[in-house]
Amino acid sequence: GTREGVECRIWTSCGYMGKWKILAKAAIERTAIVAKFICLYHITDSYLFSPTIVSGPSMLPTLNMTGDVILAEYVSHRLGKVGPGDVVLVRSPENPRKTISKRIVGMEGDTVTYIVDPNFSLRSRTILVPKGHVWIQGDNMYASKDSRHYGPIPYGLILGKVFCRVIISFVWPPDGFGALG
Amino acid sequence: MGTQNFLWNVAKKYFTFGIIGLTISDRYASILPVRGSSMSPTFNPHGGSLTDDYVLVEKLCLEKYKFSVGDVVVFRSPSDYKEKHIKRITALPGDWIRTPYSNDILTIPEGHCWVVGDNSASSLDSRSFGPIPLGLVQGRATHIVWPPQRMGKVDRKIELEGLGF
Repeated sequence: GTREGVECRIWTSCGYMGKWKILAKAAIERTAIVAKFICLYHITDSYLFSPTIVSGPSMLPTLNMTGDVILAEYVSHRLGKVGPGDVVLVRSPENPRKTISKRIVGMEGDTVTYIVDPNFSLRSRTILVPKGHVWIQGDNMYASKDSRHYGPIPYGLILGKVFCRVIISFVWPPDGFGALG
Repeated sequence: MGTQNFLWNVAKKYFTFGIIGLTISDRYASILPVRGSSMSPTFNPHGGSLTDDYVLVEKLCLEKYKFSVGDVVVFRSPSDYKEKHIKRITALPGDWIRTPYSNDILTIPEGHCWVVGDNSASSLDSRSFGPIPLGLVQGRATHIVWPPQRMGKVDRKIELEGLGF
């Protein structure tokens, strides 16, 4: 095209050293574009929002056991704007490499009354959530390991807030690919 | 019209460098100042001097969360998520330590660690707020980068303070 034509002309007029300068400039430009994309992806994924797959029985019936695609946002918790009732993504206090999703039941200073283990008895306890911590519980308290087991967790473990679930529906021909009829 | 274009280009350049800088700082390493003397003499040995030490904090350790006893780490305070502290890890999950001021033995629960300041006389650390989840760790301090006369690697000093008081 015309751009290549212009480059060729500059090529011959600048001589040998000019050729490498132009190649280097093009390489740097291309690398910069790739670097910018990587950085934009990182910023969006850490500071804005991203889709995640969550699975497990602890948030039934809100979330499916076999897996749901949810959208989580990473703005609210940085501004301190998450509160009781919010479903949040949290770094597990038992394994920092694991991300879990639970609902916030109480914030710092709140008094939380909970049933210790509904599978055994209806015995309940009341605790005061200490400063800088939150009390999280899975919606399915019969099959959820949460603050009732490891206590209130520091707010700093919160990674983001779940704001919606993505529902994908498609038609699947039960007898293989091909005609739907 | 010309100045508008110029300002827009300058703004774009700043924005680009900001995005790249933030990404590098989050994923690879960043340089942070150390405030206070809780890690004296490793950092800020002269207490309230005019220049704070600056340390290189690497973030690659957050891939696997594999730390060793003696690592100096930056972590979010368990009582205020906006604050970041820097202390040394002296015990990892499964380790036993003796709690100060009482003769209890404490096992570090899974996923947690025990952090102590090198200057134990003036340090607010695990001896007050207990073991902290490893998920609060934001990076590991590997080198001092400022002031020039104190530049160098941060030693992984392993003190057996936890076992013999």
